[in-house]
Amino acid sequence: MWRSRRYRWDLRWSPYAFVAPFFLFFAAFGLFPLLYTGWAALHQVELTDPDSMTWVGLRNFTRLWDDEFFWNALRNTVTIGLLSTVPQLAIALGLAHLLNYRLRGSAFFRVAVLTPYATSVAAATLVFVLLFGRDYGMVNWALSAVGFGAVDWQNGTFASQLAVSTIVIWRWTGYNALIYLAAMQAVPGELYESAALDGASRFQQFLHVTVPSLRPTIFFTCVVSTIGATQLFGEPLLFNGGAGATGGSDHQFQTLGLYLYEQGWVNLHLGRASAIAWAMFLILLLIAGAARLLRGRKEDSR
Amino acid sequence: MRVRARARVRRTLATTVAAAGTAALLLAGCAQDPASPDQGAPAAGASGGAAQTTLTVGVFGAFGLQEAGLYDAYMAQNPGIRIEQTSIERNENYYPQLLTHLGTGSGLADIQAVEVNNIAEITATQADKLLDLAKVPGVDKAAYLPWKWAQGTASAAKGGATVGLGTDIGPQGICYRKDLFEAAGLPTDRTAVGALWAGDWNKYLEAGRTYKAKAGEGKAFVDSASGVMAAVTGSSAQRFYDDQGKVVYKTNPAVRGAFDLAASFATDGLSAKLQQFTPAWDQGFSNGSFATVSCPAWMLGYIQDKAGPAGKDKWDVAQAPKPSNWGGSFLVVPKAGKHAEEAAKLAAWLTAPAQQAKLFEKRGSFPSASAAYKLATVSGAQHAYFGGAPIGEIFAKAAEGVPVAAVGPKDLVIAQNLADIGMLQVDQKGRSPQEGWEAAVKAIDNALDQ
Repeated sequence: MWRSRRYRWDLRWSPYAFVAPFFLFFAAFGLFPLLYTGWAALHQVELTDPDSMTWVGLRNFTRLWDDEFFWNALRNTVTIGLLSTVPQLAIALGLAHLLNYRLRGSAFFRVAVLTPYATSVAAATLVFVLLFGRDYGMVNWALSAVGFGAVDWQNGTFASQLAVSTIVIWRWTGYNALIYLAAMQAVPGELYESAALDGASRFQQFLHVTVPSLRPTIFFTCVVSTIGATQLFGEPLLFNGGAGATGGSDHQFQTLGLYLYEQGWVNLHLGRASAIAWAMFLILLLIAGAARLLRGRKEDSR
Repeated sequence: MRVRARARVRRTLATTVAAAGTAALLLAGCAQDPASPDQGAPAAGASGGAAQTTLTVGVFGAFGLQEAGLYDAYMAQNPGIRIEQTSIERNENYYPQLLTHLGTGSGLADIQAVEVNNIAEITATQADKLLDLAKVPGVDKAAYLPWKWAQGTASAAKGGATVGLGTDIGPQGICYRKDLFEAAGLPTDRTAVGALWAGDWNKYLEAGRTYKAKAGEGKAFVDSASGVMAAVTGSSAQRFYDDQGKVVYKTNPAVRGAFDLAASFATDGLSAKLQQFTPAWDQGFSNGSFATVSCPAWMLGYIQDKAGPAGKDKWDVAQAPKPSNWGGSFLVVPKAGKHAEEAAKLAAWLTAPAQQAKLFEKRGSFPSASAAYKLATVSGAQHAYFGGAPIGEIFAKAAEGVPVAAVGPKDLVIAQNLADIGMLQVDQKGRSPQEGWEAAVKAIDNALDQ
């Protein structure tokens, strides 16, 4: 009697015990910082004296509305996000398609596409800064070799955003390619066979068999890349080696992450920085909601 | 002992490598107990059984105290003391951490280094958490440059305690390329070069115009307009704050004058349009793309590093138009430390003239204790790479002429935005000086506004 009751308890509660550590850690290192940041966002608080908080209500948020630097950072985040995410996922899809062929040494190529992802942002960005140098950079050298003028990569608005996006693309394409590759290998071979029987070319197979089968995976990578793009920080920070968090003399590539860092750790306004952090969080929730709506409608129409 | 916060950024790769190295060391360190006194203190001769006191020193970057052998010397003199140093590579990371530690009263080293651009904020907001070091035996106010002593002292309203003892400073000269000067028909002897612009920054601009007229295309006179601006503001008796601690940079004619003068270098095409402490700037040294650069004492080693052996005997250093300072550091002792009294003694010893002279001899950090200038290691110092220039003499003269300027809590933020927003827009984006100034003011207003 006792034994069987204990067995039932065990069956019922053990899973909770097993997942508990994650939720404890999440509460300590995820939930608490989130709530505390929200609390700090409602106060005026300086890093020089984090204990003294003055209640200001929603003022830190309302002032973001009139803050041109915030809007500028938001705009830059969106453009850099688009400039990097769209080509990145397109290239990754194509790359995965190629890797999915029967290749000699395929393991080598699969590891090779992942190496940029394993490189530290700092090291990679340093190399890119040299490549995109105005006076002695290799990109400008190549451009002038084919007859174009040199581009001031750090100072131009579009040029600098493109350069930052290049670093992001370089780092994350291989990672996404491997995710696509894994999904592609789950596509049943019969689909390709019947498509081939119907006379579909390789490209048509890719378009009409691979891509539709990969739709959930593509959605997943879009979500992950959007989160990554919203939080973009390391690449633009290091791209301007001299100025730190300003994102260029005209704030031309200052992302939300950089602006948050500038407010919190350069200007030492913790309250304002927290408000930006929460604004970023809310923006992500908005995007997620919009994506859900869009997806829901698509599934309805099918 | 670098000096501007942003000087650190250039070490990105070094940091990465160092981080990897540190990780390896940490892993190795886990294998044994590092705190065990009898295996951890080779220099202290601790086996005598005397009770050991371990003092920790927190610094940023390659501060040099350890590298110059000062800790070892102190431990040899004081067998009961063991010194451990923790270092964070970049001041941007070090300083916010120091502030949070001071706020919570935990995680602090017994002695903490503070960069000159942060010292006013420390004296204004943290003085009650730090020891007054003026009262520590062996500390002699008269041995220090008066302006350096003033920087480390809180205002009378905040109690007037001297919480920071000065380590190094950054008196400036003008480093120039002899070969480029010769090609442009300018004098090459450092006394004659110094005489070209003695007493007036405008003469420096004039020399630049003369240079440009003769040097031809592709050769710039200065590395960057913001470098000139830093040097000119560093020679001003009033900068961003007035004596009452009010922000006056917007209305202070000295700041606007420095901005406009430096902007002339950009608009006249005398600047190589580089940003300091970026890889492109480093390449400029080795490629000789500019003829002069305002160089604080700590920059000489950097130039030697970047210009390489090929630049030897091409570079020289002359007196700057006016005495000016850029950079330097302080040591503070938090009250929350376990051994505050012992730490204060160590801080006093580390910043005493004899030790500062040793730091200069070994590491090139220029002493803030003027008493050290009489010591032969300083007064007779020559720099072989810079044509045997008498750097002790040149920089001591500059250091003693630097005016006592009020530094304010947000000096760094103001200086950085003026340079990296305002002046950079003029220098690199070709905006007008007025547009650059307005952009900088807007950014500073946003940063200072609570």
